[in-house]
Amino acid sequence: MKPFTYLTPATVEEAVALFGQHRETARYMAGGTDVIVKIKDGWMGPDYLISLKQIPGLNDLHKNENTGELTIGALVTHAMLEQSLLIRNEYPIIYDAVSNIGSLQVRNMGTIGGNLINAVPSADGAIPLIALDGSALLVGPKGERSVMVKDLFVKPYETVLTPGEILTKITIPAQAPRTGSAYIKFGRRAAMELPLIGIGVLLVVDEDLSTCTRARICLGVAGPTPLRAVKAEQMLEGQPVTSDLLTEAGKTAAEESQVRDSVRGQAWHRKEMIQVQVRRMGLRCLDIINQKARQA
Amino acid sequence: MTKPISFILNGDEISCDIQDHWTLLHLLREELGLIGTKEGCGNGECGACTVIVDQLAVNSCLYLAADVQGKLVQTIEGLAVHTGSLHPIQQSFVENGGIQCGFCTPGMIMSAKALLDKDAEADREAIKHALAGNICRCTGYVQILDSVAAAGRQMAENQGEGAAAAKDPGTITQQSMNKKAGEVIT
Repeated sequence: MKPFTYLTPATVEEAVALFGQHRETARYMAGGTDVIVKIKDGWMGPDYLISLKQIPGLNDLHKNENTGELTIGALVTHAMLEQSLLIRNEYPIIYDAVSNIGSLQVRNMGTIGGNLINAVPSADGAIPLIALDGSALLVGPKGERSVMVKDLFVKPYETVLTPGEILTKITIPAQAPRTGSAYIKFGRRAAMELPLIGIGVLLVVDEDLSTCTRARICLGVAGPTPLRAVKAEQMLEGQPVTSDLLTEAGKTAAEESQVRDSVRGQAWHRKEMIQVQVRRMGLRCLDIINQKARQA
Repeated sequence: MTKPISFILNGDEISCDIQDHWTLLHLLREELGLIGTKEGCGNGECGACTVIVDQLAVNSCLYLAADVQGKLVQTIEGLAVHTGSLHPIQQSFVENGGIQCGFCTPGMIMSAKALLDKDAEADREAIKHALAGNICRCTGYVQILDSVAAAGRQMAENQGEGAAAAKDPGTITQQSMNKKAGEVIT
């Protein structure tokens, strides 16, 4: 591996200042599961590697019980999310997505912030955060700004982050009562594999436990960046959610997708699976909502 | 750049100078001579290099040596006691035929240990989930999974016998490490 100087700032401001000193010769690193591989393979060769691991607070994971807002620090690892009872019980779509990223070894190191910044079209981590209307806080030389997670991605491997900016945390607004959410990484196998297609569905229903008041259908590997099937979402909103309606929404989502043929699978297969899985994930959302309603 | 670090390796405090770009795998094998940990792919895909850092299984090929400062590192060399008696997981791999060529075995055993230290009674699905990042090219995994399950039963039994467990040096190390880990992890 090409030698570099490893810098371990103690604050975000210090990290940004170090980047300011070294600019294009520097890279930020979170968990390292992508950056170290890229340095080893010669895809990048920074002279200075600025680690964000030792900045206190960046691995904060908590829900504000007054506002209902969830904060996920950028350095929170996939394993921390997978093992959190809060995530498992209240944000099943996040649990579904992170529990099959890479392997346990990778999940113990890899972070949610790094997963977003890496900006691969398959980013399992991004889909649930988009479905949950999450926003990312970016801190850089010119101060800080907030960007919706759905607007983070420009094209494969490229985000809206400008040089020197750091994604420090993700904020998820309070969830409405009667929210259900689910994600499936659909592929040949779960571990150490990119999905053929990733499908996340989030439904909010009215007090009748049937009429949809909000729908989110988010797709991974369905285009150059993670995307939302907005037309399909609109088909559900205001309607009683049935299996048949979910099938129709699935068809529309498949049409909205920009799937391609690749080494992992054919476009027609991906479309068929979007259709099937939108329905299945939608039904799972209803199951979750009904189960919670019975408990209440 | 060279810098000094110190950490706990298999129960012993280690202080050494490292280069910033060294991985933990490089430090263990090339500098400290602990060649039980294997390099397979070097990219975090195969799990042969798995070690335990602060109770978490990680790919040492992707973990920078600089990042083990102040942490607790366990490798395959730390499992058997000096008298030669094997850790229950090692013993179980021998008894249940969980080994063919042996190259993946240290990684498999460290992944298994990270799991069973937390939950000795982990079920088959939990074992598969924990070992999904360890690739074996010889066998069909069945005997490996059997080995881990049997080791878990043995470890649960040992934990049940409080006094007996205290005599197992492996367990003592783990208990003292847990205590220290509690101080490190915030």
